[in-house]
Amino acid sequence: MIHKKQNGSTQRTERAVRATMPEQAPEVRVRNFHEVPLGYGPEEAMGEARRCLQCKKAACKEGCPVNVAIPEFLARISEGKFDEAARTIKQTNCLPAICGRVCPQETQCEERCVLGKRFEPVAIGRLERFAADYERQRGRMELPPKAPPTGKRVAVVGSGPAGLAVAGDLVLLGHEVTVFEAFHRPGGVLRYGIPEFRLPKEIVDCEVDYLERLGVRLELNQVIGKSITLDELLKVEGFHAVFIGVGAGLPYGMGVPGENLGGIYLANEYLTRANLMKAYAFPQYGTPVLRGSNVCVVGGGNVAMDAARTARRLTDGNVSILYRRSREELPARAEEIHHAEEEGVELKMLCAPIEYLGDERGMVREVRCQRMELGEPDASGRRRPVSVPGSELSLRADLVIIAIGSGANPLLTRTASGIELNRRGYIVADPSGATSRPGVWAGGDIVTGSATVILAMGAGKAAAADIHRYLSGLSNGRSSSLAMEAAGS
Amino acid sequence: MIPILAKTFLAPNIYEFVVGAPRIARKARPGQFVVAMSDETGERIPLTIADYSAADGTITLVVMIVGASTAKLCRLHEGEHLYALIGPLGEPSRIDYLGAVVMVAGGVGAAPIYPIARAFCESGGHVITVQGARSKDLVFWQDRLAAVSSRHILTTDDGTAGRRGLVTEPLREILEEDSQRAIGAVYAIGPPAMMKCCSKTTQPFGVKTIVSLNSVMVDGTGMCGGCRVEIGRETKFTCVDGPEFDGHLVDWDLFLARQKTYVHHEQCALEQSAAQAKS
Repeated sequence: MIHKKQNGSTQRTERAVRATMPEQAPEVRVRNFHEVPLGYGPEEAMGEARRCLQCKKAACKEGCPVNVAIPEFLARISEGKFDEAARTIKQTNCLPAICGRVCPQETQCEERCVLGKRFEPVAIGRLERFAADYERQRGRMELPPKAPPTGKRVAVVGSGPAGLAVAGDLVLLGHEVTVFEAFHRPGGVLRYGIPEFRLPKEIVDCEVDYLERLGVRLELNQVIGKSITLDELLKVEGFHAVFIGVGAGLPYGMGVPGENLGGIYLANEYLTRANLMKAYAFPQYGTPVLRGSNVCVVGGGNVAMDAARTARRLTDGNVSILYRRSREELPARAEEIHHAEEEGVELKMLCAPIEYLGDERGMVREVRCQRMELGEPDASGRRRPVSVPGSELSLRADLVIIAIGSGANPLLTRTASGIELNRRGYIVADPSGATSRPGVWAGGDIVTGSATVILAMGAGKAAAADIHRYLSGLSNGRSSSLAMEAAGS
Repeated sequence: MIPILAKTFLAPNIYEFVVGAPRIARKARPGQFVVAMSDETGERIPLTIADYSAADGTITLVVMIVGASTAKLCRLHEGEHLYALIGPLGEPSRIDYLGAVVMVAGGVGAAPIYPIARAFCESGGHVITVQGARSKDLVFWQDRLAAVSSRHILTTDDGTAGRRGLVTEPLREILEEDSQRAIGAVYAIGPPAMMKCCSKTTQPFGVKTIVSLNSVMVDGTGMCGGCRVEIGRETKFTCVDGPEFDGHLVDWDLFLARQKTYVHHEQCALEQSAAQAKS
């Protein structure tokens, strides 16, 4: 009886406590660009995977945009069959090493975890990362069998998560896939946006290399809409289908006075300089970036956190985040906020810039801000920030990074005929990614607006399935819902 | 990899490259630019296309050494390769002015203005070119520009060739002589200060003045916003909305200030690259 009781409580303790993830200490990591969380070892991973209740009706799986077989892969890890675990994940998610790191699990799979009702949920993301890293580091990225060649050619525009997902699925189905990328290195936001300390570029290289080994062709430095138009891809270059996954690459400013002064970056530029161009290694790398001694980052999303944490690594001075709502409304992941604060980034909440002032050289030196308070909820359900009269304050700043979001870049769509756009310039597509133009699909941020890596990947997978139906002669490649809308209007 | 088919010395610190880039050559139009990288660690350098031939599959770039990155690019030789070349980017020049146009080229601006002048010439326009340089040895492509102009005026700051003085003097005279109002537009391409002065010169005459801004860029596709400028108080991106803008609407002080953002970095990189070259 006593024995049983003891056993029961041990089990409860085991279930209750999540295996901690070793991390670089804050004071160490602010001096380097290496990854912050160091990952589970095999023992920790097996222990953590054993916490899974193996629910019959797996709520976690339903919380995953690509329905990864979560209980199944956790079971493989708990048995020590790590390679099998990786293969299980890859049945539905071709980029597990990336998703394990950058997915917002706390609002997806882990939020639904039954264990999470009483204790901490199973660390599904960390375990996904473990399985993928284990497979990669052992050099066991086996190539799955490929269907015989179909003779059909598919152009994928953009090599971000959506494009890579489309390419990975279609190449296995026997189609000839070419991915066009505007930059000189592939990966899209995984390359230029997400910093090395959150997603090592070696992982992106590895995923792209895997696709190339499968037979995907990569054409870098090609700006579709400029170097080649969409029409030319279909009519001149001989592609049977095109997938557009160009992301939301048009940064927003706030339009407040002084915003174009020297020393004020839009986050895309700052992060592209730091990540893609490796400006942190200037002058070994030729691209410079301002480092500043009083850095203000405007915005509260993951991009703002990435920018602030990058700035933290490039300066010994002060780095602050200015956000117009309160801490509870911060859209960034809790983990990113936690890491940023640990690293000494100061969060200045309920604070909105109203003007930037420059010095005699035209470089920013001061941000004039207004204090905000929260009013009634707005359309997004969040409480609307309202300015507090007479509450202006002034902050010293010699580097400002504006990270308040981005919209649809019109470079491709401007020269593409027959593609319906919505009011904000995003491509209108049905759930399978089909656009108003037969033979053309779209997915990821260019359809949804700025979202997550996993949603873009999910959209890519849905589109790949529909493109395959089209290329197999099972559909006319046209969005049925959009065609109906067009007929009705 | 982009093969360098020919490299020519044009003037001290100024080189002409003919590179093999069939796709870009097929699409290039006057006024557009490319982004070039000399090697994997290099900067992405925006360069206005100086010439192109769809038939040969080549484009011509004229590069002036202004910093470590352009110095590195200019150390490449015929037979070697550029790591990357992206384009054509930006909006082409609008070659729809009837009558006469004045082309004012300052220094290395002779290169980007050439295909625009040629296009106006080929469309039957009357092209008056004012080409200026600091000194005689910095003048290049005088013959090419003269060949597409019905009148060609050369100025040098020190008087070693052509007329002594700045390009704005003959520009003002041409506009003063133009009592018939035959001149439909002025193009001014060169260093920022020269474009600013030309715009100031033409303003009282009310002649449309187009400048080509060489803003600092990264991607060149509207993604980063580094090249933003204010045109008539509106924020524009040079890479996708330009590079050509109405010179009378450009906020020049802001543009000049933003162009100086990386002055210290440039110095540091140049010193380092000079030290490396020595060792």
